[in-house]
Amino acid sequence: MLAEHPKQPGLTLVALAFLMVMAGCATATTVTSTSVPATGSPDPIEVVLMTHDSFAISEELLADFQNETGIEIKVLRAGDTGAMVNQAVLTKDNPLADVIFGVDNTFLSRALDADVFDPYASPLLASVPNELETDPRVTPIDFGDVCINWDKGYFAGAGLAPPETLLDLTDPAYRDLLVVQNPATSSPGLAFLYSTIARFGETGDYTWIDYWSELRENGVLVTSGWEEAYYSYFTAASDGDRPIVVSYASSPPFEVIYATEPIDEPPTAVMTDGCFRQIEYAGIVTGTENLPAAEQVIDLLLSTRFQEEIPLSMFVFPANEDAALPAAFVEFAVVPADPLSLPGGEIETNARRWITEWTEVVNR
Amino acid sequence: MDGSREQVIGADRRDRQRRLRRSILVAVPLGFLGYFFVYPVASILGISLFGEAGFSFSAFSAVASRGSLRGAIWFTLWQATASTILTLIVAMPAAYVFARFSFPGKSFFRAAITVPFVLPTVVVGAAYLAMLGPNGPLGIDLRQTIWAILIAHVFYNYAVVVRTVGGLWAHLDPRLEEAARMLGAGRWRTFREVSLPLLRPAIAAAASIVFLFTFTSFGVVLILGGFEFSTIEVEIWRQTTAFLDLPVAGALAVVQLLGISSILVAYSRYQERRSTELQLRPVTEVARRPRGWREAGLVWGVLGFTGLFLGAPLAVLAGRSLRVGDGYGVDAYSSLGRADSSLVPPAEAIGNSVLFAFGATAIALIIGTMAAALIAYHRSAISRWFDVVLMLPLGTSAVTIGFGFLVALDTPIDLRTAPILVPIAHALVAIPFVVRTEVPVMRSVRTRLREAAGVLGAPPGRVWREIDLPLIFRSMLVGAGFAFAISLGEFGATSFIARPDAPTLPVAIFQLLGRAGAANFSQAMALSTILMGLTAVSILSIERFRIGEMGEF
Repeated sequence: MLAEHPKQPGLTLVALAFLMVMAGCATATTVTSTSVPATGSPDPIEVVLMTHDSFAISEELLADFQNETGIEIKVLRAGDTGAMVNQAVLTKDNPLADVIFGVDNTFLSRALDADVFDPYASPLLASVPNELETDPRVTPIDFGDVCINWDKGYFAGAGLAPPETLLDLTDPAYRDLLVVQNPATSSPGLAFLYSTIARFGETGDYTWIDYWSELRENGVLVTSGWEEAYYSYFTAASDGDRPIVVSYASSPPFEVIYATEPIDEPPTAVMTDGCFRQIEYAGIVTGTENLPAAEQVIDLLLSTRFQEEIPLSMFVFPANEDAALPAAFVEFAVVPADPLSLPGGEIETNARRWITEWTEVVNR
Repeated sequence: MDGSREQVIGADRRDRQRRLRRSILVAVPLGFLGYFFVYPVASILGISLFGEAGFSFSAFSAVASRGSLRGAIWFTLWQATASTILTLIVAMPAAYVFARFSFPGKSFFRAAITVPFVLPTVVVGAAYLAMLGPNGPLGIDLRQTIWAILIAHVFYNYAVVVRTVGGLWAHLDPRLEEAARMLGAGRWRTFREVSLPLLRPAIAAAASIVFLFTFTSFGVVLILGGFEFSTIEVEIWRQTTAFLDLPVAGALAVVQLLGISSILVAYSRYQERRSTELQLRPVTEVARRPRGWREAGLVWGVLGFTGLFLGAPLAVLAGRSLRVGDGYGVDAYSSLGRADSSLVPPAEAIGNSVLFAFGATAIALIIGTMAAALIAYHRSAISRWFDVVLMLPLGTSAVTIGFGFLVALDTPIDLRTAPILVPIAHALVAIPFVVRTEVPVMRSVRTRLREAAGVLGAPPGRVWREIDLPLIFRSMLVGAGFAFAISLGEFGATSFIARPDAPTLPVAIFQLLGRAGAANFSQAMALSTILMGLTAVSILSIERFRIGEMGEF
């Protein structure tokens, strides 16, 4: 068949394949450089910013920052918060990044215990409320509350008053209505478990374990992740059959801003009792060779310009009080008066035991 | 005198060339696998299990004594076995129909059945939760039951069986079956006593892949199983990301590796014993239009079932992407182009996905074909072991590989954050598919054909080019299609690698699904629909790809 043609299709094929690899590499490299060349400095300093998958920053802001400072920020994605913190701990002798953003208070002590961060006091901290500051080695950038959300339409239709407190959820009137996430696999699920531990405590007549066994009697449903709970079981966002869900205090404004057809009112509301506050921090990685530039990146993350992007891109509240909030946020977002919290050290010591005990109570 | 000396020198040179060729064939795939799989995994396991205090068995005794971990190991084993058997049974009729009959739209159908294989589990999970809920078409609530997990596993792996088994079936000489029928055997007996024995290598190959895939099932178990079911893979992830308990995660990873290795060794022994050389026929000679109403009924019945079984969840996804308020529209698609600074631009995500997929396919084809040649042509202890090692990445936890990259690949060149790591990670998963589709066909090429060519004076390279390559080209394309599709949909391993900001389609979908708001959800569904279309189109065009007469086979 090919006897007369010594040209080998096999070789052509291999050459073609190699070309594809090369093309793939070349283009893959170019897509990572997102910013325009700096006009001010011909040779930009590269600062690597490691962060979780939900992080978002506008291209314009990155480009302007590079023009002003000559610093090019290279964003590195490292999975969810837990995966990212663990990567930082595993690589601390030969770090991947200069700055890390997105460590929250439930994972903070693990990072601090491993000595991942060096202290830095940004001048912009003056505009950050004191209660957000935890440790000089990390800078608070944003905060958000994990709260119970409920479907307004369902409760209006059923002629039932929505729940107001954590204890209400054990009331038979709300039987089979609540969906939560597994704390072993979901960050809001973990925050909700912590809020019940902070509220009911580990000792006394009625502990958090008693609370959860009552929730279980009352038909609580557990999913692995927030996506399933919200988009497959929550009546306000799916064809599901659960009108109460563990979500965020900022979910209602998102329902308005990201509605498929313009609406004036969110279809969901937040129960302000029993919210757990998550604070996200940024820190400078110990041993960075670009210390001054890394400090400037922290300042950028606290700058009003980035802080004003935060609500709509990551649906959390900016730490900097000078940042103006978008109108929809001001109107529909709830900031609970007394969110619950737990000391970081206590979390790191007890997390495994709590999750194991929780599993035993709920999965009986 | 002189002539014979030249002959001796010629034979000598030929011998050297053969040895050289063989050592390249050994060195390249072995080096790739060694550096990008064995070394990283060994490093992370070393750190996990040896720690500062030296090796201790405490992590293993923790695994053995904790009920939840023992339960995960047992569940992993039996659900993978059940899923594999179920998938083989459900998909076998379709493998037969695709192999033996030609019908309108066949190449489209064949590409379309591969689509489920690559969809991210968050997306399929959403479709299944809607379908298996109390308001779904079945009317029974199967959510958070073992049935939901098993059905989803069959859905995902249907194409593996249809294509791997169907791939060989399409080349079997139908005259064998016809002869059996002529001699009075019924359809079932013909299948059992003629086709089935001949198909065994392909069935074992498909079963081994399905088993590995379901053995390491992650997203399906998490999303559809709720929190009552947990596999070793889920536990490794949980122990690592939630607790940073590396010793226990490492011990579990060792258990997982041991389980998979024993299955693979058994498979490899079986393949060695069983493989027979067959006279393969071109596809066009084998497939024919259905004759009579029984055959037509069979073909269209099987296609109808396949369409419904695989199509319904996909239709749910596409339907949800079109939902606007209480009505329908294409808003989710038109708004994808809208400038939203906070989100990944969809066009960029599509571009990145396609680029990575090209890279991964190329790497997988080169390394995979070399490895397949080594395994098929050089039967030795090395090639047997190589066959096993090659499959291991499929059965190794994504966290183990991802964290292994992290701790191992920093010297001599720091590759930990290099963009090339993404297609390499994809290729690790895709190579077994390339090998598994090529080896059975390579082995079946008759040695006599090859020897005849050799006797007639063709050098080995030319024998390979002109005898083997045309015969295996078709299976190379099937392997390439799988590799491309795997890379397009891959979310597992790469989500544990600190990677440069070049988001792919699955990443963009995941990002949208993580936010409240109906429009975000519809956009996620719209992107999933685009991912489905992209997969179907790429597989279709890869399979249409021809060089000269090759590929027609």
